[in-house]
Amino acid sequence: MRNIFAFIRRFSVLLFFLLLEIISLTLLFRYNRFHQAAYMDTAGEITGSIEAQYKKVNDYFHLKKENEELRRRLNEVQNQLLQNFSSPDSTQRIITDSTSVDTSGERRKFLYMDAEVVNNSVTQPNNYFTLHRGSKQSVQPGMVVISANGVAGVVLDVTENFSTVMSMLNKQSRISASLKKTGESGRIEWDGVNPRLVQLRDIPKSVKVQKGDTVITSRYSDFPPGIMVGIIEKVILEKSSNNYLLQVRPANDFSRLQNVFVISNLQRNEQLELENKLKKKK
Amino acid sequence: MSSLLRNIIRLILFILVQVFVLNKIPPLHQYITPYIYYLFILWLPFSMGRSSLLIVSFITGLCLDFFTKSPGLHAAACVAIGYLRPFFINLLMPQQGAEFNYREPSATSLGFTQYVTYVSVLTVVHHTFLFTIQAFQFGNIFYLVLKTLGSTVISLLLVTVIEIIFIRKQKFLTNT
Repeated sequence: MRNIFAFIRRFSVLLFFLLLEIISLTLLFRYNRFHQAAYMDTAGEITGSIEAQYKKVNDYFHLKKENEELRRRLNEVQNQLLQNFSSPDSTQRIITDSTSVDTSGERRKFLYMDAEVVNNSVTQPNNYFTLHRGSKQSVQPGMVVISANGVAGVVLDVTENFSTVMSMLNKQSRISASLKKTGESGRIEWDGVNPRLVQLRDIPKSVKVQKGDTVITSRYSDFPPGIMVGIIEKVILEKSSNNYLLQVRPANDFSRLQNVFVISNLQRNEQLELENKLKKKK
Repeated sequence: MSSLLRNIIRLILFILVQVFVLNKIPPLHQYITPYIYYLFILWLPFSMGRSSLLIVSFITGLCLDFFTKSPGLHAAACVAIGYLRPFFINLLMPQQGAEFNYREPSATSLGFTQYVTYVSVLTVVHHTFLFTIQAFQFGNIFYLVLKTLGSTVISLLLVTVIEIIFIRKQKFLTNT
């Protein structure tokens, strides 16, 4: 017994060092696995409020580009207005359903909510960004985030007023995407190397693919179908498999994210419930 | 200004610069991620005990982790250099008793060559530790080595700039 105490006393600093290392590594790997840690709640509120202050200043530097993107998006939406369509046949009537909130709650599948990005990173292998909108403003984990240009990420964790989003530039990110031309779907991943290139896998070699083809979100993803992901930059034939490895240039410039939309899929829970039932039967 | 107050202000400044300047600049190259905040640990006074040094390093790392949303990553690297720091200071100390004559490690207190060695070795340790933990998920040794090298060079450059811009006055402490 005495020897044990003597040992502990002699190596107390080393033991303390090992203890701290174990604590930090546990925090790290647990966080990556379960995507949330209780203490990040308070810390998230504090860092979030500091970041919101920083953003106030930083926003002015990107106003011009942001404005251009919003105008382009507005133009797209304007082209879909009812006034732009007319039919010579008077028996036909064109109507658009323009209710922003569906009161019956039955037909609407996707609900868009705008949010500000207050913190962002692109240099790490696992990138996250923070939105100034949280559970009080009806953001929930699992919702998806797009910007005016295209796909941005998936909400991981929410506090009352802030939420953290796993960016598409994250090695754990998996997004189902498809080729716009032929419709084959694969998955978008990131290898953690170059923030200007993501990888599209699982596209069979039988499909004709060219540099410059457009990649959009697929019908099976959590994202609304048809949202821009990026443009194919390089086609690589993987020798070991039957699939291509496609290098895709994301439509978003992730280092410049400012205003984004959080999309809530109102029918997701119902779909998940049904699919989980099937899993239980197995 | 008391030593405690000065170090608290220093910690806040280093973390803010790391988060809002270095982490915000667009990626220079895939091999380069500049770091500067760990200089705070290298500048801590000689008089600190080894356990308190570990605690302070852990807190420093954790502060940055809250901003980068990676709890434990930088803390682990910081604790490693906090643990190794006393060994290097003992090795590189020019003459017996410099830790009583000066307050904290710098080019004047350790001597220029010794100080450069001290900073570079601990920078390499910090970066190797950090990028190895980050790379646990995918094992590309070549990428890891190049990233460590590239980031170390840039970080050392930043340290040099900071040392030149902010000259720390080192009083020669005597008993009288």
